[in-house]
Amino acid sequence: MTHLLEMKKIKIDGYSSDEEKWLPIIKGLDLTLDKGEVLGLIGESGAGKSTLGLASMAYTRGGCRISSGSIVFDGMELFGASKAKLRKIRGVRISYVAQSAAASFNPAHRLIKQYAEAPLRHGLMGFHEAEKKAVNIYRRLLLPDPEGIGYRYPHQVSGGQLQRAMVAMAMACTPDLIIFDEPTTALDVTTQIEVLVAIKKITREFGAAAIYITHDLAVVAQVADRIMVLRYGNLVEENNARDLMANPKEDYTRALLSVRSLREERDLSATEHDVVLKVDNISASYTGKANEKVLEDINMVVKRARTVALVGESGSGKSTLARVITGLLPPLEGTVTYGGKVLPPALKSRTRDTLQIMQMIYQMPDTALNPRQKVRDVIGRPLAFYFHMHGKEKEDRIRELLEMIELKPKKYIDRYPSEMSGGEKQRICIARALAAKPDLIICDEVTSALDQLVAEGILKLLQDLQNELQVSYLFITHDLATVKAIADEIVVMLQGRIIEQGVKKKVLEPPYHEYTELLLSSVPEMDPDWLDNVLKMRKEKGIGLKEIQEASVV
Amino acid sequence: MVFFKLLRHSPLSARIGLAMVLLNVFAALLAPVIAPYGETEIVGDVWLPSSLDHLLGTDHLGRDMFTRLTYGARNTIVIAFATTLLSFIIGALIGFFAAVIGGWIELAVSRIVDILMAFPTLIFALMALSVVGTSVVALILVIAVLDSTRVFRLSRAVAMDINVMEFVEAARLRGEGIFWVMRKEILPNAMPPLVAEFGLRFCFVFLFIAALSFLGLGIQPPTADWGGMVRENAGAITFGIFTPLWPAGAIAFLTVGVNLIVDWFLKITSGLKD
Repeated sequence: MTHLLEMKKIKIDGYSSDEEKWLPIIKGLDLTLDKGEVLGLIGESGAGKSTLGLASMAYTRGGCRISSGSIVFDGMELFGASKAKLRKIRGVRISYVAQSAAASFNPAHRLIKQYAEAPLRHGLMGFHEAEKKAVNIYRRLLLPDPEGIGYRYPHQVSGGQLQRAMVAMAMACTPDLIIFDEPTTALDVTTQIEVLVAIKKITREFGAAAIYITHDLAVVAQVADRIMVLRYGNLVEENNARDLMANPKEDYTRALLSVRSLREERDLSATEHDVVLKVDNISASYTGKANEKVLEDINMVVKRARTVALVGESGSGKSTLARVITGLLPPLEGTVTYGGKVLPPALKSRTRDTLQIMQMIYQMPDTALNPRQKVRDVIGRPLAFYFHMHGKEKEDRIRELLEMIELKPKKYIDRYPSEMSGGEKQRICIARALAAKPDLIICDEVTSALDQLVAEGILKLLQDLQNELQVSYLFITHDLATVKAIADEIVVMLQGRIIEQGVKKKVLEPPYHEYTELLLSSVPEMDPDWLDNVLKMRKEKGIGLKEIQEASVV
Repeated sequence: MVFFKLLRHSPLSARIGLAMVLLNVFAALLAPVIAPYGETEIVGDVWLPSSLDHLLGTDHLGRDMFTRLTYGARNTIVIAFATTLLSFIIGALIGFFAAVIGGWIELAVSRIVDILMAFPTLIFALMALSVVGTSVVALILVIAVLDSTRVFRLSRAVAMDINVMEFVEAARLRGEGIFWVMRKEILPNAMPPLVAEFGLRFCFVFLFIAALSFLGLGIQPPTADWGGMVRENAGAITFGIFTPLWPAGAIAFLTVGVNLIVDWFLKITSGLKD
């Protein structure tokens, strides 16, 4: 039997302007896909999974080229095919769903107009026919108000709905193959599940083949029939999804599969009364109006040498709370108390000493480091600023800090941010925070932009540092796996309010708060049946979105 | 050196531009050595054609054209450079300050700049120069202030983009003062667009001074400057003598050269590759 897609000995190069030569990204891979089959491509960033996925329609990003191999799609050779020929296939027979729907939609046009673009352009149907078909697909994708949603603009629907609208767009010409490039990575867990359900449903109903690209093995296990694990442009392991999950053959696959080590329940009694930070009755709004509050009546404490995880989906106000605590956003009412003293609400009226004890680490190390400053200046500045260190004293301390974050001082001290990987940059951010000798470090989604194994390294480092330096963390995240891994206490936020808080054990074990249960059950597990089980459970208990509950019926 | 590495991979157009500008700088620096006669020395008849004695002929007073051109390069380029530099210092400083401090101060400064920009620059300059006089210093100051309004707009916009980055927030949370933020966080990141703009503005100022000289309010005779030289010799055109085309050609030559370099720089900083 012939395959729908057969790629043989594909080699793809990327041009490096530093070294002025072509460097291999994909080093001779074979890939086959049958009709109706869903293939998962998994690997860390830089593994070449997106590059390989895009190559299945003989497309490469700027600065890349397919240097050799063959791509046979339904009997046609695409490698070296004319542009006119490729244009007839792309968008019609092979379509693409990008990671960020928000960035991929044109904000100036209604969803349905963008939906109809491909079918009209390829002359498959008229606008009215496309409209009718769109409504049908919107309904199948479980979008609310399928008749009306197409007439909204991209900013008028939520992130998860937008991503589903993009899946609908990809289905417009009833393609034989859809490429999903990290379609749920930018979404909250509660939204991710909606999109996963929709993708699974639609690929089954239309019998379309799919290539699903992701870095999250638990996600891909839910939708894929077969999984290919990639690393450095080579194939690590390939097997059908269940077998790969049940018994991985390679160490690398095993490392990806391994459940993160849970932090042991620590004896917290020693620090029970040593409160570092106390937040009382905080309400805040960005407009200064009392009826547009984004935070309402927030009360919480952070104790010494403990990690408090602040959990919630995007828009729940967790980052806003961090802004209030740091003084970037003075609250409407309420106080922030440090060590028994009430802090001035606004940043500019705080003294240098109170600024020093609270440091922040950000989600994106790329934007958190000045691209024009060397590591030496980044870490050296807080030393000079808070402790008036200069010359050799400062130099020694910088090296000491680099040792602490497990980077070789000699190698890294004169590097610019662009000369380091994401994980290394995040470590530099940690060193910058540590340089101030803080009591409290606010970590805003510090691992969500990093690959799984790198993120685990960062979490481990943070824990070691806590044991050594007795520093407290306020850990803002939407990733419950991270929370399980490192938190002592958990604060759950929803729509600007705290709905549950307490020690980890109490929050994460039954009886649950309803929202906490929804959050918890949305975290994908390394089990191919997880999605089906969750849907069944939700239907029985009646929690979560109505459309999602209904999905399990199909 | 980064510059030499870039130069090695520069396109032909950039090298040509660089050569054109260097030729001008060379002439400006070595004017007394290259020039066969004195700047204001009358050496022969009026509007003589090119000859071995007078390579480019003589001007309307019988001065050597080639000598005038080399000295003119000196005055014109130095004044244009000083003016542009000053306008960038003023514009970028206020622009960064406004962007970083925000609030009503930014509003007030922006509106003042809007008012200044509402007047046509040439007319505003003519008015200001007729009030303060036409010394070289006054010329530089007036044009620099007028031009700095454009620089302000650009640097404020660029700084506003950088100001929302997390590394600037990190600096604020550390308690850094506003000037440290401007100097260490904003300025290094705003350099590429500002330098590119510098090249363009340099040309504009250059042409602007030429225009002012042409109108008689720029650099005063007998000092040689290219714009003035075009004006002085303009009458020759009616006799079919192409003497005024020499200084006009020099202006075009330098402008094209600077623009070729600016194009190259824009290409490097925007990361565009073809």
